[in-house]
Amino acid sequence: MRLALKIAWRFLKESRGQSLLIISAITIGVSVQIFIGLLIQGLQLNLVDQTIGNASQITVRSTRDDDVIVSPQTMIEKIKETEYANEITSIFPVSETPGIVRLEKRDFSSFIRGFDFDEANKVYEFAQNIVEGEMPKETNEVIIGTDMAKELSLKVGDEISVVIPPVVIFPKTVKISGIFKLGLGTANRSWIISDIKTVQNLTNKPNTSSSIEMQIQEPFEADVIASGIQNALKGEEIKILNWKIENEDLLSALDGQSISSIMIQIFVIISVSLAIASVLAISVVQKSKQLGILKAMGIKNSMAGQIFIYEGLILGVFGAILGTILGVGLIWMFTTFAVNPDGTPVVPVYVNYGFILLSMGIAVASAVISATIPGRRSAKLSPIEVIRNG
Amino acid sequence: MDNTVLQLEKVNKIYGTVVKTQALFDLDLEFERGSFNAIIGQSGSGKSTLLNIIGALDNPTSGKVVIDGIDITKKNQKELSTIRNKTIGFIFQFHYLLPEFTAYENVLMPYWMNNMNPPNEIIDKANYLMEKMGLKDVKDKPSTNISGGQQQRTAIARSLINNPPIVLADEPTGNLDSENTQTVYYLLREINKEFKTTFILVTHDQRVAQMADRIIELKDGKIKMDVNNFIEV
Repeated sequence: MRLALKIAWRFLKESRGQSLLIISAITIGVSVQIFIGLLIQGLQLNLVDQTIGNASQITVRSTRDDDVIVSPQTMIEKIKETEYANEITSIFPVSETPGIVRLEKRDFSSFIRGFDFDEANKVYEFAQNIVEGEMPKETNEVIIGTDMAKELSLKVGDEISVVIPPVVIFPKTVKISGIFKLGLGTANRSWIISDIKTVQNLTNKPNTSSSIEMQIQEPFEADVIASGIQNALKGEEIKILNWKIENEDLLSALDGQSISSIMIQIFVIISVSLAIASVLAISVVQKSKQLGILKAMGIKNSMAGQIFIYEGLILGVFGAILGTILGVGLIWMFTTFAVNPDGTPVVPVYVNYGFILLSMGIAVASAVISATIPGRRSAKLSPIEVIRNG
Repeated sequence: MDNTVLQLEKVNKIYGTVVKTQALFDLDLEFERGSFNAIIGQSGSGKSTLLNIIGALDNPTSGKVVIDGIDITKKNQKELSTIRNKTIGFIFQFHYLLPEFTAYENVLMPYWMNNMNPPNEIIDKANYLMEKMGLKDVKDKPSTNISGGQQQRTAIARSLINNPPIVLADEPTGNLDSENTQTVYYLLREINKEFKTTFILVTHDQRVAQMADRIIELKDGKIKMDVNNFIEV
């Protein structure tokens, strides 16, 4: 062990009360930082997940007059050949059209969407959200939302006539195979969902799609990836949209939240650093006799300064560890005791190890940095002053 | 010259920049290797200033201080630290042990400054010194849990661990009763003989001064008296 470290350790041990006081200050600081940080991250992830978890994050649309992507499979292959292929978690064509459900007494406007269920289920989770009946198996089978079923008094097995514009005079018939309930209100009320083939037939646009939808690994990279794909597919008659453009309000709210979280954390760090610096500064005065004698015995000024840097390091490490335990404990209590009636936490928290390590690192670093002030004083201390004053 | 361990040439010390106070005036002194010297004088005579300069704790305003052939007035802080560590042993009136360490650790401290893993030779030396100082039984006690006399003897052992050619002692017995004063004095003399260490004692205790080989009296920053004092111990 280095001498400066050994002396630092003994100094801290000797002034146990003072050391515990600083460690508690760091502990509280780190725990507040971790608690608030994880909580706000949890809130944000939850919010983002609710907003875009079950929706397209990047959407490719046609810019042609007839608004179709002529051969969606070829387009998907092209997208998969770009450098962003690894970022994409699911990609599928969607064929959609407005449609009017024609009943005996009333017309009900709806939005008919046809998916390739194998891929689309990963995003929309239709299969998991069927509350009655089953997923469409045959052509011309559809599923509808719970709200529509209630509104129009429809049930599994019913057949409904739909009118697809612009051909308003020849309604087509589809059969309800199931009823779903998604987290999205409009979907439950007005979506009629079916296999992509069915919708292509209904619209008389075989082998085309209206759009291609994608989800990606890092939703916050959506804008970058979208413009990257756009560049890679230059010359195609398409435009690429991403969720960030469509949810600017949400994003600015998230930004505001992040900034306030960072502000809180910065002030916590500042106050903890000031606490460390001031207590260690007092400690330099308290230990000036020892420092004077060490200097008379030939300790180098640099080593005399290092003693306090090591004190900062030791205090920082202990504070960071205890603070992490306390902070994670608080988060655990929060997710365990602050729960919804169904037992799920009010705010689901994602334990972000990177963030915890970062908080610990910041605590240790700020402890060491604030220790440089007393360290410098200790280095400058003249042994004569101490020895002369007895 | 070879026998001179410490030499001061025209050493002046002036304190203050606006109001100047001169503490030492053109001091010329030489100390022989292995000698036992006492510096006496009233308070304000400049003896502490002199000790600080000899001890490389303070710089003279002008003049030369040569310790073991090295002119310390030309050295930077880092080099002075090394000189203090290797060439000079300090004993102070108030013992100044580190309360955070045991008596034994205090003795090893000057060595630790160079090497945290002392070889057996140094450990043996520490043990030998402590035994000689009658500290065998309190070796591993915290330095604050031992008596004043024991503390001062620990400080003596500490001053010797790096085998310095010079030991400076500032009122080493000033805080001790007469019995302990005697013990400490005899120990210092013994070491002086055994290790040929040069001792420079600052004291106002006439009895202690009388037992030195050479007595230098300072008055108002000048040498008032410098006598050899041949005694048998």
